[in-house]
Formats: sequence, C-alpha cells, structure tokens
Amino acid sequence: MWRLLAAFLAAAMLAAAGTDQQATGGNPDPAKERANVERIYARIQAQQRESARKPGAARVTIPNTTVSYDIVPVPAGEFEMGSAAGDTNQKDASQKDASRKKDEQPRHKVRVDAFWMQAREVTWDEYRLFMFDAQGAAANPKEALVDAVSRPTRPYVEMSFGMGIDGFPAISMTQHAANKYAEWLSAKLGEFYRLPTEAEWEYACRAGSATAYPFGDDPSKLVDYAWYSANSDGKYHQVGTKKPNQWGLYDMLGNVMEWTLDQYAPYKAAAESNPWIAAAQPYPHAVRGGSWNDPADMLRCAARVASDPSWKQQDPQLPKSIWYETDAQWLGFRLVRPVKIPGVDQMYRYWNSGVEDDQ
Amino acid sequence: MKNADSNSGRRDFLKTTSTALGAAIGAGFPAILSAQTVTNAIKVGVVGCGGRGSGAAAQALQADEYAELTAVAEVDQSHVERCLQNLKRNAKNGARVKVDPANQFIGLDAYQKVIDSGVDVVLLATPPGFRPTHLAACIAANKHVFCEKPVSTDAPGVRWVGETAAKAAEKKLSLVAGFCWRYSNMIQDTFAQVESGAIGRLVAYYATYYTNPVKPMPPASSRPAGMSDVEWQIRNWYNFVWLCGDSIVEQAVHSADKISWAMNDVAPASCVAVGGRTIPAEGGNIYDHFEVSYLYPNGARAFLANRQIVGCYNENSDYMLGTDGTCTIGRGPIPKIEGKVNWAYSGQKYDMYQREHDLLFDSIRKGKPMNDGKRMTTTTMLAIMGRMAAYTGKQVTWDEAVNSQEKLYPEQLAWDGKLDVPSLARPGVTKLV
Repeated sequence: MWRLLAAFLAAAMLAAAGTDQQATGGNPDPAKERANVERIYARIQAQQRESARKPGAARVTIPNTTVSYDIVPVPAGEFEMGSAAGDTNQKDASQKDASRKKDEQPRHKVRVDAFWMQAREVTWDEYRLFMFDAQGAAANPKEALVDAVSRPTRPYVEMSFGMGIDGFPAISMTQHAANKYAEWLSAKLGEFYRLPTEAEWEYACRAGSATAYPFGDDPSKLVDYAWYSANSDGKYHQVGTKKPNQWGLYDMLGNVMEWTLDQYAPYKAAAESNPWIAAAQPYPHAVRGGSWNDPADMLRCAARVASDPSWKQQDPQLPKSIWYETDAQWLGFRLVRPVKIPGVDQMYRYWNSGVEDDQ
Repeated sequence: MKNADSNSGRRDFLKTTSTALGAAIGAGFPAILSAQTVTNAIKVGVVGCGGRGSGAAAQALQADEYAELTAVAEVDQSHVERCLQNLKRNAKNGARVKVDPANQFIGLDAYQKVIDSGVDVVLLATPPGFRPTHLAACIAANKHVFCEKPVSTDAPGVRWVGETAAKAAEKKLSLVAGFCWRYSNMIQDTFAQVESGAIGRLVAYYATYYTNPVKPMPPASSRPAGMSDVEWQIRNWYNFVWLCGDSIVEQAVHSADKISWAMNDVAPASCVAVGGRTIPAEGGNIYDHFEVSYLYPNGARAFLANRQIVGCYNENSDYMLGTDGTCTIGRGPIPKIEGKVNWAYSGQKYDMYQREHDLLFDSIRKGKPMNDGKRMTTTTMLAIMGRMAAYTGKQVTWDEAVNSQEKLYPEQLAWDGKLDVPSLARPGVTKLV
C-alpha cells in the first residue's frame, strides 16, 4: 500500500512516449538480437582468455567514461531460502497482511554458484550512460555490438523526480530495461552481467545469516543499515551511505527495491541448485529488498514483492512504455557477474525475457 | 499492490439494476435506455486512435463492464489497426472491442460518422485544434463526451466550447475533461489542504514544466513526395500552432490547470510573458520555451514556465507560497506542506486516468451528468493567454484574451489541401488580434 502512494507525478505528460518500437515489443527482431548476443558472447570469451577477472573485490570503470562501480565476490554456498512460519518478526509486522509471509514459505535449501555482485545499487551516473546516447557521446567510440543493444526511449520528464542524480540510485525502469542495461554493460566491458536470480539475491542479502535481517532479528538496528519509511524523509538517498552487510553489499535492504530475474512464484519444499523461474508472463516478477517507502517488515531478507501493472498506471498511453515504470519511484536494481560464464543460448534468455511487451 | 476497487459502489449498483431491468430502470438511464434496453451496453466511439485515444478507450472499457467500443475515427488506417490490436490483447476487456470494418472511419469527416454510428459516448483524443468542432458535433447529436485537454487552440474555439458545454448541461449530457490532476485523489487532498488554509493566504504559485521535446519536427527531406500540406501538418501536429496550440497550451496546460485550481478558478486580471525558439523550427511554428507571469485580482501572482529542449535541466513541479507556509508538489514523490502546518500526503493513490472514466460512466448510468465545461475552458484560456503575451510581447488582459478574434483553425480544410504555415511569432511585431 505504501508503495502506491509513492509514485505519481509526471505521467500526465508521458503523452509523447508511444513509438513503433514500443508497439512491437522490446525485441522486434529476434534473429538480429540473437546474432548480436553471439557477438557479445564471442567478445566475452575472448576477454576471458586474455585476462580473466581475478578473485576479490574490484572497482570497474565503464570504458571511455569516468563512471565506475564496485563489485564484491559472493562465494558459492548453500542457504535456507525463505522464512519459517513464525520467525517473521511478528511483533513488528502488521498482522493485516498475512499473505506476504506465506509467500516466503516453505523455507527450503538452495545452493548457488559463485558470482560477483555490484556492491551498490546502479546509480543514475551509470544508468544514464545507457539511457542517453549523447551522454558522453564524444567519449564513446561507435561499437557495433554495443550500439545494437536496444536502448530506452528518451524519457519525457526528469526521471529522478527531484530526488537527485549524482550518486543516487536509478529508478522507475522496467525489468526489460534492467536486462538491456546488463546486456549493454556486458557488450561494453566484455564481461557477462545479468540481474541476480531471486535465490542469488536473498543469498547475497543474508551474507551467511539466517535471521530476519542480516544483522539479527531486531528491527531497531535497521536505521544503521537502511533507508526506509522511518528515516528516508519520503525519498531515496545516495547509495552506500549506510553500513554494508557482512559481504560488503550496501543497501540490499531499503533505499530502492531491486529487480530479480525470476517470475514471482510459490516456493517448493525440495532443495534446489541455482534455481531460476524464467518468466512466462509479464506479471508478476519477483522484486526484493524493500525501499525508502516501506516499513521495516518489508525490508526483511526473505520478504518478496510481486511486480504489478499499477507500477505504470500513470502512463496514459496504450501501449504503455516497455522502458518505464513511472509510478515505481522506489524501484531499481543491481547486477551480478557469475564466475561461470553461460553459453550463448542462456545468455540470450537472461537478456531477453520474452515478455517485455506487457501493454 | 493493486488498487482497491474504486468502483465497488457502481458495481453494486449495476448488480441491483440488472436484476430489476424493466420497470425499475425508469428515469435513471435517460440516454442509454432509448438505445439499449436489453443488453444494458454503453456503446463507445473513439475519435483519434493514437496512444492517448487508445489509452482512453482502454480506460472506458475498464470503467464499465457493459461498455463496448463500436466505432473509431482516424486519419490513418494503420493507427486503427494498432489501436484495436492493443485493446483486444487485454484479457479482461478485449472481447468488448467490437469495431467492424464498416465502423472504422478514415478522414477528416470521420468523427461525424462515428457520432452517427449509434454510439452513446464519444472519446475525443485528436490534436486539440479539432476539439471545438468535434465537441460541438457530439453535443448536437446528444452524445456523452470524454474530452481530452486542451479543449481548443484559440480564443474563438474556447468561446465555442463554452457554449457547447452549456448546451451539454441543458441536455443533461456528461462532459468530462482530460485535465487529469483534478481526478487524482492525492492532488485533490493536497489542494484541499491549501483551500482549508494550511499555508495561509496564497500569494504566489510557481509551476515548472521543463521537459524534453514531445514530437520534434522531422527534417523536411523526409516528407514523402506528393504529401499535401494538410496531411504533413496533421502527421506532425505537435509542431503547428493551429493544431497543438504550442507547448504551453498542449502540455504545460496541466500546470495551468493546477494554478487555476489553486486560484479557485478565478480568472487572472492580466499577464506578461517571455518566450521564443532557440532551436530550428524545421518548418513548424511553435516556440520551445515560455515563462508567463499572471496577476490575479487579489494581488496574487502565478508564474508558469515551460521548456522543451534536449539537454537542459528538467523539472515538473508546483511551488505554492502562502502567508503561513509552502506547498510543494513534484520534488520527490509525495506532496508536502511546510510552515505553520506540516503535512505530507499519505494514503493510497488511485489511477487518475481510470478515475475520469469511472466517474464518467457512473454518471451516465445514474443519469447524474457531470460537466467540466467551466474549468476546462478557463484553464485552456489561461494557457492561450500566456501564449498571446509571449507571442506579442505585450501585457494581455483577461478580457482581451477571451475576446480575441484570432482564429487559428483554417477556414477551408481538405486532406489533400494546400496550407501555408504562418511564420514564427515575433514579440514586438506580432499583433494581438
């Protein structure tokens, strides 16, 4: 409910957003996209042969820009995904919405392979390089395989809605847009990036803990780690300004919610290895971490949110934009870089959900 | 996650009436009953099947489970195809898209054919230059109307719309305008605070509408050989004053509407403005920036600034300054009041576009017509007045503006016709007509 009040503004003005590309979906030419993924794949393979990324944390600069981000290693391992009945911090939770607890059950064993994860949420500094071709165009030599990645339509309004740009998290993008950012970044760097699966996200968020929050069960400590409804003053904040979790990841809880790769679906009891529920329909996808607009209970490691068409209700056009969730001003993402590089088919599927065009 | 159903009252109403079809229906359903006593359907026609017309049609179908889309008007068949295709994809409402090829009308006279096709409601979503003509035809034929903003591009058109709106009221027809913020429960609550004195007496209102360009003019070289002036201009309607009214009238009019709302829809006494074009017009004749200062009879000022240039600072906000505090909309997602009273909006937010249609269809069902005529003409005139002051470089009074004889809509309009483009207005040279 809280997140509904969040969003608003601006959309009256999206009246100009409709384009042919939007009408035909995010991937008008699958064969062409497939060919480009093959080129990106080849570049990643070549890069891997020449200079594989060393283990450990690193600062990565986006080529031909001064914009950088940090990645931290997340070791392979096993964890209990979800929450057991009754351990969901009931004294703080509002009892009125019991359904959001049920979707965290049954708690089940999950194994995930090693990956690097961006230490902070993707900022506007990074994302705007992708959004606006002209942003530092002089410094961006034309590269066919980078330029072939489809890019967002130019937004009509200022997309931070006055909350800030430099060092602040990018918001209000669709999962499709986040996937295309991952593809674009991979093409530029010659390293494979994608959204985390829902399991990878929770594993990284827990950082070895089995409690409601990475630091235990006491929500009163949350103010040291997270921007949420109690301390956010009704807006997002610069990334990485609260304490990180044990693995060096900032703002996993709060600030902005984060997209995952998975369709939002009920859990199964059986143990799983590297699970990924690939999308079969546009809604709902699993979104994690809670935001500046949420109470403490929504910031628990196990808490899940299902994406919803109302997140772009203020786009007055039909078809609606495939790039912007204008009403989700509390929604962002971060990427992972798996240690094991997938094959080209997998790569295509990670970057092309097939359900981009949701009206 | 989902909005609570804001229509539950209406649905209950429908349920009750459908079990009591017949005698009980009586006076409640004046316009509909004559045409549809059996299915209880409300037939909807759309004029202008672009992104916005398609969106409005989707909202109409969502608003009433017996609404059916039965006729459309367009100038381009491909827009019709795309519109219907997108509407039909909706799992819940797509089956009520029932537009036979015979009811897909193409051309500048297509609106009249939609009106004559037996619809009950018409959604007007063409470029605004056509709006006064289309609206008058709808009301003459006793149709309920959803009328997108703005309602005209010139003062004679506004006066005509005013007369038409009065006729709609006499005829008990519903006329709902697409000034959507009036239908946002969050903005309603915010203005209710201001009206109740939370910031004291309002002394100044500063509204910004700094955005990227909407539909920039394509290079003249891309004009297909043999395409007429009229077709070329309509296809690039945003770049021509007679069609769009300029950016301040077509887009920043949303901010003008909030200003008018805050001023209790009282007209200003006068205004002065600056405006111009800094990037090549490419054959169009609209400005790319305006800033208007309105003076209200009570001494309050309102400032409306808009710009549509790539690479500049963008912002869409409202700043209300009162004797006891400020009210700010658009700096962060939540409207805020600071000063003697501290307040921030909290609560659920409904889809304002959907709300417009929910209320429209509900009013039709209940036979309790809505009429946005007064405020939609006042707001549109407010924006046109700002444009006049910028174009002429003169101070413009409200009386001068509303009585302006400047007619932008061509006397003769044919799809294959010739139509010269007046040159860009020049402050100090362009006359107030």
